[in-house]
Amino acid sequence: MIQKELIIIGGGPSGLCAAKMAAEAGVSVLLCDRSLKLGGQLIKQTHKFFGSKAQYAKTRGFDIAKILIDDVIHHPMVEIMTEATVVGLYPDKVVTVYHNDTYIKYQAQTIIVATGASEKFLAFENNDLPGIYGAGAVQTLMNLYGVLPGQDIIMVGSGNIGLIVSYQLLQAGVNVKAIVEAAPTIGGYKVHASKIRRLGIPIMTQTTIQKAIGKEHLEAVELVSLDDKWQPISGTEKTMPIDALCISVGLSPMHQLLSMVNAKTKFIPELGGFVPVIDDHHQTTVEGIFACGDAVGIEEASSAMMEGYLTGLYVTKHLHKEHPEQQKLMEKYEYELNMLRNGPFGVKTKIGLEKLRRGETHAE
Amino acid sequence: MKRRQVGSMRVNEHPILKFPEREKIAFIFEGKKVYGYQGDTIASALHALGVKTLSYSIKLHRPRGFYCAIGNCASCNMIVNGKPNVRTCITLLEPDMVVERQMDKGAIK
Amino acid sequence: MLNKTGIPTQEQVLSRFPEQKALIRPKAILECYEDIPCNPCSTSCPFNAIEIGDNINKQPKLHVDLCTGCAVCVPSCPGLAIVIAQIKGDQAIFKIPYEFEPKPQKGEIWDGVNRSGEVICDAHIESVVINQKQDHTAVVTASVPLEFLHDFVTVRVKR
Repeated sequence: MIQKELIIIGGGPSGLCAAKMAAEAGVSVLLCDRSLKLGGQLIKQTHKFFGSKAQYAKTRGFDIAKILIDDVIHHPMVEIMTEATVVGLYPDKVVTVYHNDTYIKYQAQTIIVATGASEKFLAFENNDLPGIYGAGAVQTLMNLYGVLPGQDIIMVGSGNIGLIVSYQLLQAGVNVKAIVEAAPTIGGYKVHASKIRRLGIPIMTQTTIQKAIGKEHLEAVELVSLDDKWQPISGTEKTMPIDALCISVGLSPMHQLLSMVNAKTKFIPELGGFVPVIDDHHQTTVEGIFACGDAVGIEEASSAMMEGYLTGLYVTKHLHKEHPEQQKLMEKYEYELNMLRNGPFGVKTKIGLEKLRRGETHAE
Repeated sequence: MKRRQVGSMRVNEHPILKFPEREKIAFIFEGKKVYGYQGDTIASALHALGVKTLSYSIKLHRPRGFYCAIGNCASCNMIVNGKPNVRTCITLLEPDMVVERQMDKGAIK
Repeated sequence: MLNKTGIPTQEQVLSRFPEQKALIRPKAILECYEDIPCNPCSTSCPFNAIEIGDNINKQPKLHVDLCTGCAVCVPSCPGLAIVIAQIKGDQAIFKIPYEFEPKPQKGEIWDGVNRSGEVICDAHIESVVINQKQDHTAVVTASVPLEFLHDFVTVRVKR
């Protein structure tokens, strides 16, 4: 069994930022990611990011990934393993990793679960036809491999991801016929929506997919309007021929590893569903196991980065190996994180975090 | 001058990203010789060639295709070089790979 | 309406335009109508003409007298929500962000489009600037008839 001071599971924005803080404090870090490359979802993001300078505002997502990776990839205190899937987490902080057809056992003093989120899906007839994709898959195809998902596409969901990916589809040369949104209002930032509208793409609110049509692959969808109680209005069915459909209806925190150690979770819809119970220092109910980023609540990459830096610093404190600028950086990143949540888009997150603190729960 | 691309579904020109010239790779799909590029996954190469159906569901034989792109959903499981249940969306394409659709749960021959 | 369609009302649009006589010089039009955590327009302006303040969720405010129309803010806005507008005789000259291929070329005539995506006029392409600092966001200078000052927002290639 190989001993480590800190194992970070997940090399996306929050994992990378945590690694940087810990390494700078002299903590030896093993960073594992199951993908071919580090950077999480950032590597597919071609748009310029929001926030302030601390979150690399106006820098394109894949360039932010390069910066965060550069910060740790050559650091002597950081060991990186890609194509390394963490398959087991045990109460004595044993971490088992599957890498290169080998099974490796580690034991860590501290662990950070930074595994991000997975996409939610939508139930409708024939939703398994080839040609129906998650938004992440569309971005992977287009932006990593340079392959078009289809010629004519409809986007389901008008949150930030739906709006941004629609714009990216247009940049790649795909004809986006419409964005369909079940709610009465657009979910994401209105500047993203305005960008789409000036390109002539309709945003159909109170509309959803009734069924997908096609034999071997998607050929058309039937749309239907919804009333104020979210019920389909009979007679409003409309068929649109398309060869690709992109589903972007939200994300779910992907913290399932933590169930292997019986870390407590709570169901908090404002944070995306079941989330691990964490204290003010992002420690789960299992001593020495921490969690951050989308795995603890769905927000933006900007928040994931700030949470990552903070959790790295909380871990160094836990290990009594504080960062040379511990207090100053903790204050800085706590301030930045609060600022990101200070506007109308942060209200939902704040309600969710309050519920987490207050012990409100639907299930445990 | 526009390069001639392998696969009808390749991005032509992009305002932000550069897709540099890459080495062409030949592989066999369902007995036919086809091409992809160095850096493709098996699934992205097939998708570029217009192949949408990657597998069939076990009971009802419903066609399944590229869905999650990160190895979570198993819709892209195919037989590669005789080995079944290979997640083609996260497996890099290599020269002379023999790729076939699998019609069952996958058996090691 | 913005929340339902993504299109600002005429009232919202007019609130971001300085009075016509100020537009003899080029001025930034900041079409940011929502509180979101974001401030690169403010931090990029070399003349401190865009104010947001400590709470970065606040919408930016333009100090018209300080704005020189330099257009540094245009590619800095992640939402592509800023254009520069100027009145020259019977024409309105705009500098707009553009992130598509093919890019317009100087001298071409493209379609002028409004916020609903409808073609409203011809747009004469005066210049297209793209440099390293802009990070793949081109700044296109286009002129349209003055009557479209409050309607024009971007250009589209003629089919």
